[in-house]
Amino acid sequence: MTTVTETKPAAQSAKPAKLTFAGALNAALAHSLEARQDVVVFGEDVGTLGGVFRVTDGLAARYGTDRCFDTPLAESGIMGTAVGMALNGMRPVVEMQFDAFAYPAFEQVASHLAKMHNRTRGRVELPVAVRIPYGGGVGGVEHHCDSSEGYYAHTPGLKVYVPGTVEDAYLMLREAIDSPDPVVFFEPKKLYWSKADLDLEDLRATYESGERREGSAVVARQGTDVTLVTYGPSLPTALKAAEAAAEDGVSVEVVDLRSIVPLDDDTVCASVEKTGRALVVAEAQGFASVASELVARIQERCFHSLASPVRRVTGFDIPYPAPKLEEHHLPSVDRILDVIDDMQWED
Amino acid sequence: MSESIDTPVGPPIPPARQELTLVERVSSQMGISPEDYMLPAEREIRMLSPEGTLLPAEQQGTGPGHEYPIPSDEVLLEAYERLMVGRRVNDQNTALVRQGRLAVYPSSHGQEACQVAAAMCLEDNDWLFPTYRDTVAVISKGVDPLDVMVSFRGDWHCGYDPKEHKTAAQATPLTTQLLHAVGAAHAAVLRGEDTVVLAMCGDGATSEGDFHEALNFAAVFRLPVVFFVQNNGYAISVPLARQSAAPTLAHKAVGYGMAGERVDGNDLVALMAALRRAVDLARTERIPLLVEAHTYRMQAHTNADDDTRYREREEVKEWAAKDPVLRMETYLRDKGVLDEAAAARVSEHCETVAASLRDAMNADVNPDPLEMFDHVFSEPTQQLREQRDWLAEELAAEAAEGRADQAAKEGAR
Repeated sequence: MTTVTETKPAAQSAKPAKLTFAGALNAALAHSLEARQDVVVFGEDVGTLGGVFRVTDGLAARYGTDRCFDTPLAESGIMGTAVGMALNGMRPVVEMQFDAFAYPAFEQVASHLAKMHNRTRGRVELPVAVRIPYGGGVGGVEHHCDSSEGYYAHTPGLKVYVPGTVEDAYLMLREAIDSPDPVVFFEPKKLYWSKADLDLEDLRATYESGERREGSAVVARQGTDVTLVTYGPSLPTALKAAEAAAEDGVSVEVVDLRSIVPLDDDTVCASVEKTGRALVVAEAQGFASVASELVARIQERCFHSLASPVRRVTGFDIPYPAPKLEEHHLPSVDRILDVIDDMQWED
Repeated sequence: MSESIDTPVGPPIPPARQELTLVERVSSQMGISPEDYMLPAEREIRMLSPEGTLLPAEQQGTGPGHEYPIPSDEVLLEAYERLMVGRRVNDQNTALVRQGRLAVYPSSHGQEACQVAAAMCLEDNDWLFPTYRDTVAVISKGVDPLDVMVSFRGDWHCGYDPKEHKTAAQATPLTTQLLHAVGAAHAAVLRGEDTVVLAMCGDGATSEGDFHEALNFAAVFRLPVVFFVQNNGYAISVPLARQSAAPTLAHKAVGYGMAGERVDGNDLVALMAALRRAVDLARTERIPLLVEAHTYRMQAHTNADDDTRYREREEVKEWAAKDPVLRMETYLRDKGVLDEAAAARVSEHCETVAASLRDAMNADVNPDPLEMFDHVFSEPTQQLREQRDWLAEELAAEAAEGRADQAAKEGAR
């Protein structure tokens, strides 16, 4: 018989745990449930289990099963009932378990969630936040890795947010829940366990002080030679590429869009006008995509500042590949550097 | 040892407490089996013969667990007035389509008894979720007919405030509104309100996936929703046989653990009785129910449809003989509830509504094109403001050009 008496580290000597992306989302949900009585969280496995990614962990226990609950396994049902709940005064936050599993709900999104404010001539607001764990890079099997933001961004009446940092995971989810408009909130799966040294109470205080950056892009890294425009799961890749390019003497500016709808043309254009070169980096397949839209807008607005054609590094125009092949599909640092090299640097 | 013999005999030890299912509890209260509770009565509920005479109780289709008290004369007279207004609205709007004043009007001619009963069974705070063919129900719920017609005139997609009237915007995509109804009921339950929600759909809509999801959600979450299916025999051209092989649409309820009932959809008395009981049960027991009304769409799907391609004139004629209006009128007149004075008053009311519809729909209304950008979001985005400005410039240029042309014409004269 062994008696192991491990001493737990004393609370005061413990380093504050780093905040994960998933933890920041969990806190944003918790704080929203505390801040507003009309917030309800529901979806598949979000109750007892706490979500397959644990983003709703503990919410049902803390706030009650009236405020965070599991539904039958039916995405259109989840979305359609969210529309009705919002019409009758609630503020639903629903989870679509995976990107590609949200498609059965698309009719409810496109025909009702996105249009109700317009159909009713502004009389009805539908403050619904739709959380979608999305994108690849996690070795997921088919139907678990789609980058579906383009479908939603193309649908008038929906806001589309894609946080790429732990801080934004918290702040932008709270903004999404407080928004009077429906927001499709994309959570890059591969960033769920990314960490940052952030104090949750500071974040909460920042948000609750009323400071908002809703719908604005940020310059994530300053540079002078070329602008990488990116968002969400591609942000860390773009930043790594910028770091590598700096070693080769190319100064890369990285613009993190944060919000696809509304789109912050001003921040993007200010950067491109400064650097004279633009490269859009996104995981989604490039054809008829958010990346296409960005290229078109940069060309329309910044043509006379451009020293080379606006370029893209995106996923290929293929169904999302099997796990062993995904590294060839996703935008990589090397691919980004190759395209930067090719952007007419000779005089 | 004979300990057990010495022990005084007490009351039997109750079995471990078992939770009754909701269906078991409701059916036991009614003194019937859960199956009898969930399955529709053997025959559809009908109070009036097609000729308008009250059927003997044993022929009404009612029975234990399927009891439907007939509403008071006062309620039925009110229902009759709304029925007449509904018929007048349908026919006035059909005429306005022919005159080119309306973009479209899916008429519920022949189904007005269902329309009126759907609205009249609800209290003021109850919600109604209608489809594009349920204009008369929306009006009967209290929305101004002129506001309802805004969408059919082509000014905007919905002309009334759904929250003010507890009446959702008329849904065109099939069956999606049933889920909205379930969500609205869920919201009310979470707030502890005793609101009932009535959701309308047609026979074709029961084939949609949202029909299944809505009934299932309502049953699982135990929500006070009455699903009211107007089975009018056709989904545009496709007959019921191609939608469902179920014994009746009301039988679908049992699969969700809810009660289903079928009613003669051209018998306003039976509809009022059945829907009022369904709403009462939904409210008091907090349960969903399904009511199927068997009726007929007397006219084509819309003015763009040609129903001679898919149904026999003989069939339409048969249904004309079962028309809900004459049937109700005969019953109320024979009963002495509807006298000449009341009939004259109803008729005058109908003509007033029709006249105001004609006046309003014949007036030229030009919606402001710039408003198109105002309600996409609560605040227009930068991009929408830019597009709005672009259109505003185009409109200003067109207006200036029009003025210049006019001036040139006048100069030439």
